[in-house]
Amino acid sequence: MIWALDISMLIFLVISAVAAIAVKDLLSSVIILSLYSLIMAIVWVELRAVDVAFTEAAVGAGITTVLFILTIMKTSGRYEE
Amino acid sequence: MKGDESVIVRTVIRLMAPFIQIYGLYVIFHGGGGPGGGFQGGVILAASIILYVMAFGIEEGQAKLTEKINMIMRTTGLLIYSGIGALAILFGGKFLDYGAVPLPFIHHIPEVRAILIDGGVEVGVGITVMAVMVTLFYEFYPGGSIDD
Repeated sequence: MIWALDISMLIFLVISAVAAIAVKDLLSSVIILSLYSLIMAIVWVELRAVDVAFTEAAVGAGITTVLFILTIMKTSGRYEE
Repeated sequence: MKGDESVIVRTVIRLMAPFIQIYGLYVIFHGGGGPGGGFQGGVILAASIILYVMAFGIEEGQAKLTEKINMIMRTTGLLIYSGIGALAILFGGKFLDYGAVPLPFIHHIPEVRAILIDGGVEVGVGITVMAVMVTLFYEFYPGGSIDD
């Protein structure tokens, strides 16, 4: 356990979580949410839960972001040709 | 969104996709002894297909992995998983009780047992997760099955 890394990662986690709901644009919110997932994966590794970290990195930062972005494209009517 | 990305994106994804898939298979087959497993490996395999579709468009992606093959794969994976689980019941164990399944000639080698039984379950889970994730992506993609 590296306590300085833990503390800084947790601070960044709270900052990104607040920023994800505070930002106005939905697309920016989704990108910040994927950053949240990435930091959360590092925190899971620090907590010796490598399996959960793997899932968080693959699903949270990968698939969920893609599905959210596709949903935004479906609903807002932008980006369509 | 008809796959009009730049040639750099297309080339990098064309080069990267096989390595992502190899890594996904590695994660699936090493799920028994270390971090990873069927779910994570399946998601990584699905991510390679999603990358391909995002670069080349959904027509070319569905030419590589059609919806019909996708449907067959997700039922086959479920069948592998539940079939191995039911095989353990058949030989007198509990559901997914790997130790109960006798292997005729190679039962004394634990690695072979781990690869055949545990790996079989992981492969089943991985195939199903990959197919379901790709199906979700196809459904949500512009020009996919869900109407705007």
